[in-house]
Amino acid sequence: MDNILEIKNVTKEFPGVLALDNVSFNIRRGEVHVLIGENGAGKSTLMKILSGVYQANSGKVLLNGDEIDFSNPKEAQLAGISIIYQEFSLIPYLNAVENIFLGREYKKNGVLDKKRMTEEAKDLLDTFEVEIDLEKSVNQLSVAEQQFIEIAKAVSINDNVLILDEPTATLTNQETEILFNLIRNLKEKGVTMIFISHHLEEAFEIGDRLTCLRDGKWVGTENISDLSEKKIIKMMVGRDIGDTFPDREGKYQKEIMIEVNDLKRNEKEEFINFKVRKGEILGVAGLVGSGRTEMARALIGADKVLSKEIYINGKKVEINSPSDALDNGIGLIPENRKSQGLILGLSVKDNISINSLDKILKSNLFINKKEEKKRSQKLVEDLNIKTPSLKQTVKNLSGGNQQKVVLAKWLGTDSNVLIFDEPTRGIDVGAKLEIYKLMNELVDMGISIIMISSELPEVLAISDRIMIMHKNKINAVLDNNEDVDQETIMYYATGGEQYDRAT
Amino acid sequence: MTGQLSDKIKNNNFKELLKKPEVLTFAGLILLSLFMSIFTDTFLTGRNLVNVARQISINGIIAVGMTFVILTAGIDLSVGSVMAFSGTMLAAGMADWGLHPVLAIFFALLVGGLFGLINGTLISYANMPPIIVTLAMMEVPRGLALLYTGGYPLSGLPSSFSVLGRGYVFGFLPVPVLIMAVVYLIAYILLTQLPFGRYIYAIGGNEEAVRLSGIKVKKYKIFAYVISGLTAATSGIVITSRLMSGQPMAGTGFELDAIAAVVLGGTDIAGGRGSIIGTIIGAFTLGVLTNGLNLLGVSPYVQRVFKGLIILLAIYFSSKKKK
Repeated sequence: MDNILEIKNVTKEFPGVLALDNVSFNIRRGEVHVLIGENGAGKSTLMKILSGVYQANSGKVLLNGDEIDFSNPKEAQLAGISIIYQEFSLIPYLNAVENIFLGREYKKNGVLDKKRMTEEAKDLLDTFEVEIDLEKSVNQLSVAEQQFIEIAKAVSINDNVLILDEPTATLTNQETEILFNLIRNLKEKGVTMIFISHHLEEAFEIGDRLTCLRDGKWVGTENISDLSEKKIIKMMVGRDIGDTFPDREGKYQKEIMIEVNDLKRNEKEEFINFKVRKGEILGVAGLVGSGRTEMARALIGADKVLSKEIYINGKKVEINSPSDALDNGIGLIPENRKSQGLILGLSVKDNISINSLDKILKSNLFINKKEEKKRSQKLVEDLNIKTPSLKQTVKNLSGGNQQKVVLAKWLGTDSNVLIFDEPTRGIDVGAKLEIYKLMNELVDMGISIIMISSELPEVLAISDRIMIMHKNKINAVLDNNEDVDQETIMYYATGGEQYDRAT
Repeated sequence: MTGQLSDKIKNNNFKELLKKPEVLTFAGLILLSLFMSIFTDTFLTGRNLVNVARQISINGIIAVGMTFVILTAGIDLSVGSVMAFSGTMLAAGMADWGLHPVLAIFFALLVGGLFGLINGTLISYANMPPIIVTLAMMEVPRGLALLYTGGYPLSGLPSSFSVLGRGYVFGFLPVPVLIMAVVYLIAYILLTQLPFGRYIYAIGGNEEAVRLSGIKVKKYKIFAYVISGLTAATSGIVITSRLMSGQPMAGTGFELDAIAAVVLGGTDIAGGRGSIIGTIIGAFTLGVLTNGLNLLGVSPYVQRVFKGLIILLAIYFSSKKKK
């Protein structure tokens, strides 16, 4: 079989971490090769070596039989290896054409040949079978459209090997479908793709072969048709993980912990009203853009509202800022941990203790550093956060462990109501299970959880009740029993009406 | 205690230590001092070193407030003007309104703090960029100082007041240096021992994350600017005492020296990382450079070129390390 890329005994060491340990496998020409592994398994490091961001300490990589030695991503791109990151590198105020040809614009008589560039960009996007407004600056386009432009840019430079780093993480289901069509399309044209994903079902849908890494080591490369979901999970975690979700008993109490009344952000919206009981997990489902995150942010006072009444344990409270929310025992574990949850440049300890420092003062003034260390250490152990020390900068932790740091921060505050916004997005199966178990422990302690999630299996497995939002309003609240399934949720999430359901 | 300390030193190997930007500047400062000691007879004399310390005290004190502001990812260009206005108000308090010097000093601090409060409030609540707000605030207090004094120095201060700028304690330690030491000690405690200090770093690192964590970000950002106003006023007090007059044109360009000291000391101009120890090292480096070049007889014009190049060099190393 013809290999386009041969990875031979690649080892990469960072201070104190062996990120890749003697990894070898091949990528065949024209295949979609899925790369899978828990956070911290070494996938990103390997991809960064392929694309010239890092250089390996030992071992080599052959592209079309020749050893590669890129000193930067540009060289890799010219040689035919392009990488599409989760965070795009498009210039927000330029349009699609300007972005695609950035740095290699066509010129005629010294001035830009806009006509030629527009035509070529249009042809390219046409072959993708996607329609994009070429006049709009890309920041006005959807995430998916931006991604397509990014792919178009990479393909137009060179179309040997395209690396897609968790491309579906921020896409809706429909957009994912379009992306998959595009991938199939590119495959037909002979483009080789490496597809990094946490979603096993995506591997089955789109992949030809799969390679799994664990703790920097190569675990195996298999034809996807020979694999099952269970087998892949076993490869990833190195053991049988049993169930993907923990058992949920749903023994919440009768008393209402939090009651939200007449929440409304602007005139165009309807009032939002709901209650969460003590020890209950309320799942919040809905399509991307249905107003779930906005509702949560309005609840904790992060954004302005037109009206809002909140009762905690039956007592009315004023929450006009996240700091009021903290004082009243409400915490938000935000959707985007890097930009909203963490201070990446500070240590694990400093991140965990940031909003509970007031509780551990000496002489009412100074931070009791001994106590701070002790509390942080305990949370690190309780949550099984994998970090070399409390002093480690959180930037250097894997996604799952970063998410646990955000959680640890809120557990340290003794809050009664925790809002999880997409708690398991972009983290691996093992860490997911740990977070579910933790949520179970929290509700057992009487804490109420509001869990916003776009992963329906998660919503169904974890929630006691499910609240489904559609266009900034609550469309249905269901008890999570046997009658409720993914179709039911999707029905309401897409705007289905209550009384229609019987028919 | 000593056991703990030596353990700490053992654990922190040399490489780790070199990673701290202020260590690099400190090494530079030592080299610079060595150079000056070899090439001039006068640099390494007790008298000269005390002189250097006194000369840097004005800038050193302003740089403290600047450190707080820069750590929050802000900047304060108004410090030189605030210093001049606080100084003239102090002089006016004593000479024109007959205030007791202690009261006049409180008044000057109040004036400085007030400008900090205005800066901070505009930046936090009106969401205006720090560089623009404080650029505008370079003009307002300077204008007020000129307006009040008519552009002339304001003299006639009680002779006892000269102790703050010209006096010595224990016969050798200049009072301005003592004041600077106290200011640094307070700043060190604020930044390393109080929640406030932690918030300052955190806000510079990721303001939105800190806000969503329930910290009153706006309040603490305002505090940073108030501290900057207070340290500018403190410098104004020292310089007014040293010159025994209120100088409306004092402190022109001092904001740049203060920023230079902070950045030389390894504080990231983008916020979130840095230290107050670094700032004092940065201030001393600038002071030794000026003093040494003076002793070597280098023209002040050439000195400015040197100073600029040294700052560029320091930033070059620290940005290289960040990568």
